[in-house]
Amino acid sequence: MDTFQGIEIDSLSNIREAIKEGVFSLPDLVDHYLATAEKHQDLNAYVSLFSAEAKERANNLQLAFETDPTAAGPLFGAVLSIKDNICLAGAEVTAASKILEGFESLYSATAVERLLEAGAIIIGRTNCDEFAMGSASEHSAYGPVKNADAPDHVPGGSSGGTAVSVQCGSCLIGLGSDTGGSVRQPASFCGLTGLKPTYGRISRHGLLAYASTFDQIGLIGRKAEDLALCLSVMAGPDEYDMTAAKEPLPASEIKKTAGSKRFCYFDFCVDHAGLQREVQDAFRRKLEALKKAGHIVEQVEFPWRDYLVPAYYVLTTAEASSNLSRYDGVRFGRRSPQAKTVEEVFDLSRTEGFGAEVKRRILLGTFVLSAGYYDAYYGRAQKVRRLISDHNQELFQKYDAILAPTSPILPWKHGDKDQDPISVYLADIYTVYANLTGIPAVSIPLERDSESGLAIGMQIMTNQFEEDTLFSLIALENNLPEK
Amino acid sequence: MEIDDALISRLEKLARLKLDASERADLRNDLNSMLEMIEKLGSAELEGVVPLEYPGKHQAIPRKDEAKGMIPTGEALKNAPEADFPFFQVPKVIKK
Repeated sequence: MDTFQGIEIDSLSNIREAIKEGVFSLPDLVDHYLATAEKHQDLNAYVSLFSAEAKERANNLQLAFETDPTAAGPLFGAVLSIKDNICLAGAEVTAASKILEGFESLYSATAVERLLEAGAIIIGRTNCDEFAMGSASEHSAYGPVKNADAPDHVPGGSSGGTAVSVQCGSCLIGLGSDTGGSVRQPASFCGLTGLKPTYGRISRHGLLAYASTFDQIGLIGRKAEDLALCLSVMAGPDEYDMTAAKEPLPASEIKKTAGSKRFCYFDFCVDHAGLQREVQDAFRRKLEALKKAGHIVEQVEFPWRDYLVPAYYVLTTAEASSNLSRYDGVRFGRRSPQAKTVEEVFDLSRTEGFGAEVKRRILLGTFVLSAGYYDAYYGRAQKVRRLISDHNQELFQKYDAILAPTSPILPWKHGDKDQDPISVYLADIYTVYANLTGIPAVSIPLERDSESGLAIGMQIMTNQFEEDTLFSLIALENNLPEK
Repeated sequence: MEIDDALISRLEKLARLKLDASERADLRNDLNSMLEMIEKLGSAELEGVVPLEYPGKHQAIPRKDEAKGMIPTGEALKNAPEADFPFFQVPKVIKK
């Protein structure tokens, strides 16, 4: 799918080689990406393209490269899309919400600044669920995003636009955010690789907050090696985010690993009422293949299965209700034209500006934090989070990685789940684990369903700050003979 | 437990939302299903468990309390729905 001038442009190394050899220039490549994005406008992946800026930057970078090829940054040749909840100075950013209509970012997210310093080009901002709340990229002020593999199906969410921007070949890598699976699940639904780093690995400065103890900027792409490189560029402490960790940075290249590895998977990952047969079969086949290849693959019990999704929704909606209180129609964003009093500025701006899903979550979050209910819900969810995190640490004493399907279900048809938000929440069961415990997790393509051709993904999760191990295990995975 | 009209009104007030009748009915239904889902937490054995606030390995890293990354007032007002330099503007609060 991704060829340009006869070159497979699915990896940065191929792109750089082609530019070096003069097969095409960086401005040629940017033109190709922009034309591809235009051609696939019906997928609704982008909310805006930074055409002029991207072209100008490509010209400048190409000139600098021709003057001194050795001075090119590590991301020279990398063209990226960013989710519409990540700030780029001078560009609009709205989190796909009417409430931020016309809001222009005054600064760039630290992660974006580091990418730009390393020579990357940002081509456009991508559609998503409003304030990253959703699993299908359907709750957007800009309308739903379509899956390029099957446009009548959802691409997953909330970073659906980011996933589709890569899937349709309009950029090499996309930046998303992952609060409960919002990078991994769309990557899985679109047949791509999606990484959620350790909580605190990448600064959240300039990422519009949804749930601050869960949110993490993540990456969607085709090649693990490119994700590893981008991660190493973005990672590290930041004086504008005190949760950005001072841990040693992850390596920019994937370290090869060999020998038998120790994997575990939870009992409910192979046997669960909500688990679709196609996903179950594909995951089981992978487990068998790993065993056959000589790895230790063990099933472990998980006593808190039924508390995962409830704890996640209590904590994230609580944090969301607090984070989204800043949208009051006073200092920025949209103000209701009907508002005649200060109270109406608050109430009407919020009521008209937020969509139904965001209101649902704000109200639930308000409820679990309100007097009389705090201990029963919010307090209990925090305790469950402790139990799960402690148990998680014990697991990593024994195993190198945890394996799980990414989503228990295949991508569904647009509109199919409109009447049943709870079933969509419950489908987060395999992804919220990594956000509750703060560990890094990647979704890699597993198989395609033989009937529908839809993609099925699998997660690999390692302990906190062990992205290097995570990447080496992906490499190991890909090297395994199929079935 | 169930979310009734009185509770919805209280939540609306706390969350600064003003729902119309049909939106209110829909959200009440949705919230009750959500509540049913999270009530599961009531059955967890949590005696003596310390709540986890942050998933990070380390404590948050403070920096010196120095003003940094400042934005000039004019810039800060750029995204305001209404402004009268150097102020954000809202409808009159005190009536004469």
